[in-house]
Amino acid sequence: MEALLQNEDTIAAVATGMGGAGIGIIRISGPDAVELGNKLFVNPRGKNLLTTNSHELVYGRIVDPATKKDIDEVLVSKMLTPHSYTAEDVVEINCHGGIVPMRKILKLVIACGARLAEPGEFTKRAFLNGRLDLTQAEAVIDIINAKTEKSLEYSVAQLEGRLSHKLEELDNILVEILSHMEVNIDYPEYDIEEISYDFVNSQILELLNKIKDILTVAETGKIYREGITTAILGEPNVGKSSLLNTLLMENKAIVTDIPGTTRDTIEEYLNIEGIPFKIIDTAGIRETDNLVEKIGVEKSKALLNQTNLVIFMRDISKEMSAGEKELIELLKNRKTIYIANKTDVISGMDVEIPEPWIPMSLLEDQGIETLRQKMIEMVFEGTVSQEADYLITNTRHIQLLETTKTSLENAINTMASQMPLELVSIDVMEALEALRGITGKAIGMDIIDQIFKNFCIGK
Amino acid sequence: MTYPGGDYDIIVIGAGHAGSEAALASARIGFKTLLLTINLDSVAMMPCNPSIGGTGKGHLVREIDALGGEMGKNIDATMIQCKMLNTAKGPAVHSLRAQADKKAYQFRMKEVIENQENLLLKQQEATEIIVEDGKITGVMVTTGAVYNCKAAIICSGTYLKGRIIIGNVQYDGGPNGLFPAMYLSESLEKNGIELQRFKTGTPARVDAKTLDYSKMIIQEGDDQIVPFSFETDSIEIDQVPCYLTYTNPQTHQIINANIERSPLYTGEVVGIGPRYCPSIETKVMRFHDKERHQIFMEPEGLNTNEIYVQGMSSCLPEDVQIALYRTVPGMENVEFMRSAYAIEYDCIHPTRLKASLESKAVTGLFFAGQINGTSGYEEAGAQGLVAGINAALYLRGEQPVIIDRSEGYIGVLIDDIITKGIDEPYRMMTSRAEYRLLLRQDNADLRLTEIGHRVGLINDQRYQKFLAKKEQIKQEISRLNQVIVKPNPENNEVLKSFGSSEIQHGLSIGELIRRPEVKYHQTAVFDPERPVLHWSVVEQVEVQIKYEGYIKKQLQQVEQFKKLEHKLIPIDLDYPQIGGLRIEAAEKLKEIKPLSIGQASRISGVSPADISVLLIALEQRRRSGDLKGTDNE
Ligand SMILES: Cc1cc2nc3c(=O)[nH]c(=O)nc-3n(C[C@H](O)[C@H](O)[C@H](O)COP(=O)(O)OP(=O)(O)OC[C@H]3O[C@@H](n4cnc5c(N)ncnc54)[C@H](O)[C@@H]3O)c2cc1C
Ligand SMILES: Nc1nc2c(ncn2[C@@H]2O[C@H](COP(=O)(O)OP(=O)(O)OP(=O)(O)O)[C@@H](O)[C@H]2O)c(=O)[nH]1
Ligand SMILES: [Mg+2]
Repeated sequence: MEALLQNEDTIAAVATGMGGAGIGIIRISGPDAVELGNKLFVNPRGKNLLTTNSHELVYGRIVDPATKKDIDEVLVSKMLTPHSYTAEDVVEINCHGGIVPMRKILKLVIACGARLAEPGEFTKRAFLNGRLDLTQAEAVIDIINAKTEKSLEYSVAQLEGRLSHKLEELDNILVEILSHMEVNIDYPEYDIEEISYDFVNSQILELLNKIKDILTVAETGKIYREGITTAILGEPNVGKSSLLNTLLMENKAIVTDIPGTTRDTIEEYLNIEGIPFKIIDTAGIRETDNLVEKIGVEKSKALLNQTNLVIFMRDISKEMSAGEKELIELLKNRKTIYIANKTDVISGMDVEIPEPWIPMSLLEDQGIETLRQKMIEMVFEGTVSQEADYLITNTRHIQLLETTKTSLENAINTMASQMPLELVSIDVMEALEALRGITGKAIGMDIIDQIFKNFCIGK
Repeated sequence: MTYPGGDYDIIVIGAGHAGSEAALASARIGFKTLLLTINLDSVAMMPCNPSIGGTGKGHLVREIDALGGEMGKNIDATMIQCKMLNTAKGPAVHSLRAQADKKAYQFRMKEVIENQENLLLKQQEATEIIVEDGKITGVMVTTGAVYNCKAAIICSGTYLKGRIIIGNVQYDGGPNGLFPAMYLSESLEKNGIELQRFKTGTPARVDAKTLDYSKMIIQEGDDQIVPFSFETDSIEIDQVPCYLTYTNPQTHQIINANIERSPLYTGEVVGIGPRYCPSIETKVMRFHDKERHQIFMEPEGLNTNEIYVQGMSSCLPEDVQIALYRTVPGMENVEFMRSAYAIEYDCIHPTRLKASLESKAVTGLFFAGQINGTSGYEEAGAQGLVAGINAALYLRGEQPVIIDRSEGYIGVLIDDIITKGIDEPYRMMTSRAEYRLLLRQDNADLRLTEIGHRVGLINDQRYQKFLAKKEQIKQEISRLNQVIVKPNPENNEVLKSFGSSEIQHGLSIGELIRRPEVKYHQTAVFDPERPVLHWSVVEQVEVQIKYEGYIKKQLQQVEQFKKLEHKLIPIDLDYPQIGGLRIEAAEKLKEIKPLSIGQASRISGVSPADISVLLIALEQRRRSGDLKGTDNE
């Protein structure tokens, strides 16, 4: 029973998000990892996982031990305890055959005796085995969840502590402010500088600005992690579903020439230059009597409120309808990309397409690249001017930063209502505690240490 | 040669501030108590400054009083000046400090002790503790007497292997020219109690007739004295002033020129001194930009010329001390009566104590005061009282009194030293308390009288009075929230005269008092039916109304805190067996054996990650327990 925390069983799962890019990794971790991996692995030169070196990458095939059927071509490495991600024995199978063979391999691994890992269980083990501290563990959870390479890059940056560095700066300022306040409270008769609310105020305002900057970046971080919600809107039959299909390059949405084909919304994930988009194809918006369709229309309108970006599409070969005009009005203050589709129909005719409309012909594969560039542009516009060198993507961290901000704002209010210093200190302390919740550092003696370092007090 | 000295329930070794409280508490609770001291003239002696209280410390004295201790009453009876500090700030950090007549303070305490039923005071130096089967059974003294006991409390202050340092002159000695205790340390170590060496220092006492006060700034007490004890109604005395003067570049130059003669800099002193009591040479060396340091002249009593020179403690040789004192304005012709000195002494590692202050190594043996690595009379008194109470409860077979961090500075103090450990003498500061707004000096009685009454240190009469006060506070607050002030021109005129803004609609007096600029007494004009209340009730009413929002916030924090405090950890948890705990953390946890997750989280070297692991381990232990339970069915 004492061994409950020892991770006695062997677990397996796909270690990179399924359905992402071509290569996927199946990770097996635990005492039986090597033996288990070896059962499935066949090397042309007869190499054996039990005897290969730790961290050596070996080429081979995965073969179903029961049927002897060949599943996929793979690269396999084993990493022996404690020098692995989880600090346990780990085998990683790199396969590039896409989702189907990956699924099959995982099934085989489990059939051979591994247990399917729970979400985040590798990280939990890494954490319990002392491989990760709290921030790292959370960043790794983000890696697990990260949908694209760009997110991955940022999660790695977080791992490397760039965010911590940023937070430490805030931490130092807070400790400094608190030590000034506390020395005034605990050493009232010493000829130390009397702290003024003006001083505290200006320090806190400065801090607030820094926090706001980080939170702005956090907005982007959240977008990176969850994908930018993008809705394709337009009247029926303008080509919305066709656009989605083109962007995805596979037939997902039903495309017909009957207006109102898409009755419900369809969501797909898409990756443009490393930035994840969640694209929503909607039912065409127009006044309609058809009940089923009507529900879809209501949904589309409601959806508008949850999107980061709208792609509005119209059929350029048709007159602009009253409904479309109304919709354009509705979209005025949103991030919107305007698409004039079916330019092939009007080719040769003298129809002018004014800014900001992007001319497009899905039939002739025109305008797609312009749209993709525009989408990227819109993401960065106003959110981050340059690529930030750190990113905060963890929701809990963001919440704690929000708490820090609120507490500091409270401190400013407390001072404004002429409340005494030790009440201001409660707010500032709360801010520090929230901040320390991110880094996991205990408050302990820091403030008192700072007091003795900076002030000549005591008899 | 030894001989049987008699049987006692509890023996207290040391009659300083800790020992006096400990012995009085155990005797008052009803146990036959023996109080030993190397010298009867050192009962409740103040070897350093002649004052009681100050920031944080004043809070401790009020808490001691609320629990039924003696310190508050003793200083009320013997003070010669009193000041409420921090009045420019809010009520949570108001702190009382009084100048004491040192001899009067000692004599009164000695008299109280001598006249206490169940208590015997003896001049004897304890040389050995007698331990059988891991339990304390007696104490032996130099004369060979062996006193039997069921529990003992060691309050030996700075006396264990005391060593005096005045420049290069060094010798074995206790404070104030008294004898040190040279034997007890060895007996403690033999019984598994490890010791460390700490150091502290005190300035010279000078002859008042050689001072020129006209060159100094007079420092007077408050017009209206607020007593320390909740049982003292008022204090009417002619107060004696202190004086303020400053060092100057000449002083600093003498220090710089002679610094290599200071044992602090030659490395001869090994004990660790407190940062908050730096010697004058330390201050000058560390803060060389500071042009002057303040020096206070504090009288040691009414019937003596001795003046305590606060701010000038020093380890420098005597000739250098005299030279540098004489550079200070008003001290040009000063004569020393006692020189400044430092003292090194043995103390224990407080992490080896339980929250009851009982040793983890020897059952029935308690420790309190400077022996635990703290410094200060008030810190000592507070621990003495708790140790006295808990030794008594131990003999009664009852659970110890453990005051938590949200209930009192005493709780903060004890939790800090037993959990975090200390690497320098520990002094109370209000910054150490997370729930400072709740732990005010004005409401110590509301927080702790209940406990004092439960253990038997607060009599029924005082308790009834306390309950009545509590009720009055409650009623007055709810009454004030119901009396409505109308928004008429007369009322608005009055409000304007307070510097407050007009009201547009009816507001309760409670709401008016919440405005920072409006005081309770001012609102009497709106309140014809206001009852006559004691000032201490009014004080509570006003504070509780005015700071209600912040008080609520802290109460919420306390709720969070209590959740972790109530997640108990079994005492037999095998930390090294828990996979995933870092070795450093496992070792610390094993040593301290925290009672709760809350306490564990305060141990330095235990990270939040370790706490997560610990939580998982506890959860798994709990689950496996459940499984066993179902198996049996
Ligand atoms: C030189 C000096 C400077 C100080 N400076 C400061 C300061 O700047 N700030 C501050 O806050 N505090 C200071 N203090 C500390 C303060 O005096 C103590 O913290 C406080 O008195 C401790 O109380 P106590 O009851 O623990 O011990 P003490 O007051 O020291 O009492 C100890 C008692 O134990 C008795 N005793 C010891 N050993 C034995 C034995 N074996 N048998 C019988 N009796 C024994 C002694 O006779 C004495 O009665 C200083 C103390 C000294 C000596
Ligand atoms: N000529 C031409 N036809 C197109 C173009 N793009 C799409 N179409 C056709 O237009 C018709 C409608 O396309 P969909 O993609 O189903 O349109 P939709 O906007 O999703 O329509 P609903 O789901 O009904 O709202 C199909 O027959 C497409 O083949 C284009 O660029 N040029
Ligand atoms: Mg469609």
